[in-house]
Amino acid sequence: MFQPEYEAMGRPALEELQSARLRSVVRRVYDNVPAYRRKYDEAGVDPESIASLDDLRRLPFTVKDDLRAAYPYDFFAVPLRDIVRVHSSSGTTGQITVVGYTKGDIDRWAELMARTLACADATPDDIVQVTYGYGLFTGGLGVHYGSERLGCLTIPMSGGNTKRQVQVMQDFKTTVLACTPSYSLLIAETAEEMGVDVRSLPLRVGVFGAEPWSENMRTQIEEVLSIRAIDIYGLSEVLGPGVASECEQQHGLHVFEDHFLLEIVDPDTLEPLPDGERGEVVFTTLTKEGIPVVRYRTRDISRVIPESCPCGRTMRRMERVTGRTDDMLIVRGVNVFPSQIEQVLTGIAGVAPHYQVVLTKRGAMDHVEVQVEVGPDLEFDEIRALQDLQRKVKADLQSALAVSIDVKLVEPKSIQRSEGKAKRVLDLRAEGGGQ
Amino acid sequence: MVEQVSVFLENQAGRLARMTRVLGDAGYNLRALMVADTSAFGVVRMLCDRPRAAAEVLERNGFAASVTNVIAVEIPDVPGGLADVLETLDGAGINVEYAYCFIEPSGDAAVDIFRVEDPARAVGVLEAVGVTVVPAEKLYEPD
Repeated sequence: MFQPEYEAMGRPALEELQSARLRSVVRRVYDNVPAYRRKYDEAGVDPESIASLDDLRRLPFTVKDDLRAAYPYDFFAVPLRDIVRVHSSSGTTGQITVVGYTKGDIDRWAELMARTLACADATPDDIVQVTYGYGLFTGGLGVHYGSERLGCLTIPMSGGNTKRQVQVMQDFKTTVLACTPSYSLLIAETAEEMGVDVRSLPLRVGVFGAEPWSENMRTQIEEVLSIRAIDIYGLSEVLGPGVASECEQQHGLHVFEDHFLLEIVDPDTLEPLPDGERGEVVFTTLTKEGIPVVRYRTRDISRVIPESCPCGRTMRRMERVTGRTDDMLIVRGVNVFPSQIEQVLTGIAGVAPHYQVVLTKRGAMDHVEVQVEVGPDLEFDEIRALQDLQRKVKADLQSALAVSIDVKLVEPKSIQRSEGKAKRVLDLRAEGGGQ
Repeated sequence: MVEQVSVFLENQAGRLARMTRVLGDAGYNLRALMVADTSAFGVVRMLCDRPRAAAEVLERNGFAASVTNVIAVEIPDVPGGLADVLETLDGAGINVEYAYCFIEPSGDAAVDIFRVEDPARAVGVLEAVGVTVVPAEKLYEPD
């Protein structure tokens, strides 16, 4: 544990600390961010009346559009001369948003990322290959500073040039790999093509985030790379990576609650839900100076795991994010998350975990085709075996998703690989595509 | 035993041409080729020189390729020649999954390729009744 005095602190003391920090952040946003002042005045909320955690639910939410409207700097709570760095959201879902960090923010971020890496069992003896993109994206520099803070040898690779990633991994004796989960599989494939036995390398841990992934995919990554795969969580509007991380138990991500207040709300009624129930994740930053957010709706779907964790951390765990309210597909009125598709595919022998969902219109009806690559171990000489496989994939997907779909088996490596966030869905419905 | 290279192909323009070009450029000569297809995909089955090495070359070039054991049988050039062979297999309870035929490069006898569940047993059954089973080296250059 990097900071046991916080990570394992008693709940009463933690809640006291949270309350004090909450009062401060509400005051700061009201005084310094015109958008918050307007919002609170309109809702008739007096920031002085926010005294404890129970008062939190009286505060209005913050959404991505608030940040978009404030582009580029209007959501900052300090003068620009106090901002030392900006990042921006990855733009996965529309126009980018800009986030600013003070010197203090950068310092706390490094601390939180050091906690994250320590959660993944990294120590100063480790060699960390940072394969998240460096630049406006928070991933690269976020992990980089945390790795240095923990005292690890840090390799600032950034994303891309996969052959070089493999070469460096081999030559520099990398022990910890930080990248998106889908990119780790591309690295494994590339290593194989290069004749590098990746399983015999010193690599032992992967720190994976920035896109939703399934438990089966974890099993697969752990198998092909012979590593332990740790799920980390963060988003630029709240901080970047370093908001929550799995520990060695690999069962839920500890939210660093001394810095972030976690709520799960019903996405329709917006009422807070009790621990254990699934809903939209909402964060309030307690210590951010540059761009604090209060009750920020992340669109991520998760739940709190109510039980305490054997690792000794007292910070509550959120379950791995299984999808986002905004990459949820609505197909013939049924909610479908790409992660559900992945979960099914990774459980079927003979297909690879690479897939793409293509949505088109057939007349007035939505049509879904899932394209999935045949796996390297498939006995495909007999047409019948292929047809059986196709039928099995189709039946399993339909029973898991409760919606009718077509399945197309495609050749290995024919689905485009991503060096960052995997693009799983091709929605052509608005373009009138289809046959 | 005869080793056949099987390749999974999407039904996509130019894929078969691309596959044969990859083998040609790498210097592998094709001896026989058969395509089985459905509306969505096809499986190419072929005999070629150094089949294991050829399958590896294809895999390195992004094709799903594997090596399958099949048997090659010389079919007597008389009416009912193929029927006799198939009845022999049937009589021994050996199912034929698929079959294709070509003319042996060295002569003018017809050769049939059979995919059966237990190739070793099929060879024994056929040889016992005097059918000529063609060894791999007569058909292609083995690995």
